[in-house]
Amino acid sequence: MLFDKFQTMADFQAELAERDVAPFGAVTEEIISATEGIVQGRKVILAGTNNYLGLSYDPRCIKAAQDAAERWGTGTTGSRLANGSFSEHQLLEEEIAAFYGVNHAIVFSTGYAATMGMCSTLAGPGDVILLDADSHASIYSGVKLSGADIIRFKHNNPDDLAKRLNRLGDRAGQALIIAEGIYSMLGDVAPLQEIAAVKREYGGYLFLDEAHSMGALGATGRGAAQEAGIEDDVDFFAGTFSKSLGAIGGFCVSNHPELEAIRYCISAYIFTASSSPSIIASTRESLRIISAEPQLRETLWDNAHRLYDGLKALGLPVGPTASPVVAVEMEDRPATVECWRALMEQGVYVNLVVPPASPSTNFLLRNSVSAAHSTQQIDAIIAAYATLVSSGLIATSAAA
Amino acid sequence: MTDYQEYLDFLYTTLETQNKNKLELSETTALVADMGLSSLEVMEFIEKIEDHFDITIPLNILPDVNTIGDLATKVKELNL
Repeated sequence: MLFDKFQTMADFQAELAERDVAPFGAVTEEIISATEGIVQGRKVILAGTNNYLGLSYDPRCIKAAQDAAERWGTGTTGSRLANGSFSEHQLLEEEIAAFYGVNHAIVFSTGYAATMGMCSTLAGPGDVILLDADSHASIYSGVKLSGADIIRFKHNNPDDLAKRLNRLGDRAGQALIIAEGIYSMLGDVAPLQEIAAVKREYGGYLFLDEAHSMGALGATGRGAAQEAGIEDDVDFFAGTFSKSLGAIGGFCVSNHPELEAIRYCISAYIFTASSSPSIIASTRESLRIISAEPQLRETLWDNAHRLYDGLKALGLPVGPTASPVVAVEMEDRPATVECWRALMEQGVYVNLVVPPASPSTNFLLRNSVSAAHSTQQIDAIIAAYATLVSSGLIATSAAA
Repeated sequence: MTDYQEYLDFLYTTLETQNKNKLELSETTALVADMGLSSLEVMEFIEKIEDHFDITIPLNILPDVNTIGDLATKVKELNL
């Protein structure tokens, strides 16, 4: 039957309804600040928004969006290839290219469209793609559409990448290698110096998704490649405007002049409306701010370390290093759902992540930190987790 | 060159560790429908085959693979 394949999900939704808990698509009824809102009738600290620098609520970005809406209207009502290229879009492309110190840029309407569109277009039938096993769903969707041979390498494992490139023989030199800067679910950072060294040895092209690392890592906020000092080894950088830049949209930048021809071959760019001018304007302002105010990154990392250290001290199973994404891994689904509910009741909103969105069979309570969080808010998040431990809702390494 | 039966024998041996339902494995045993392997388990299984035979198995073949026999056939085709 057509709908049989959805039964497992329907059963899960019914289970959540039975428990009177709605972790997916929780409705935000009011935004109080970048880190506080009314969600499902409750005032909560927002600790699952990817709003790493808090710029979604920055008055300068809001003003830029307001001015653009008044000047340009609410939407472009067309594709970039038709009537949807305003001078705002062109200026953002120039500015994002300049930010990365490269010559070419494409701005997309979403981050998903950027990575999916690029991955589906760069390689085609007869080509080969090697992607990190924990790649984002947009990357998997893109490579699947490409028609290229798709090979996974073990997550964050340069030796496994090298082994697989070695097996390819002469094809390795033309392979497209795909990795991310910070991985979205567990917050772990790619070993980019080692991956770049493998690429130098075997050849190929490196595509790096900096969605969660742009604004968070690097001397000027360009991301994990800048932090690792290997930007010259990256052929294509992709990223999003919906996290550190606080809006929505995506980009790909490169020094390869071919990017200008590729632009006209990407369905996800051609056959969708371009971003509203207000979004482009606030993104341009955010980009200016992250360049001008490196202290935002310092505050983000102070907060990330504070949360990570606090949860680790409780004995919770967090990742190997501190990161703006701090995930607590659990094995039992009902227990994870109960923990999510308990956090909400204590005024803390986090993301509940279930397979296949999580990179293993485990379930996640995924926290994302913002530069806009106060230390009191970070401490309140830690205190909420402490009650999960004291009430026995969550197992700790000390108890295990 | 590895023949079909050699691939098949390796698949049987390796899958025994994931044979939660204690099925009698055969060429017609379905990896997902019968054995209940998750997508993650299928990926890990593919990695084991690649490493054992030192071969490359693109993920593109998976939509055409339902049974253990399908997989042995595909792997042999890829490495002729």
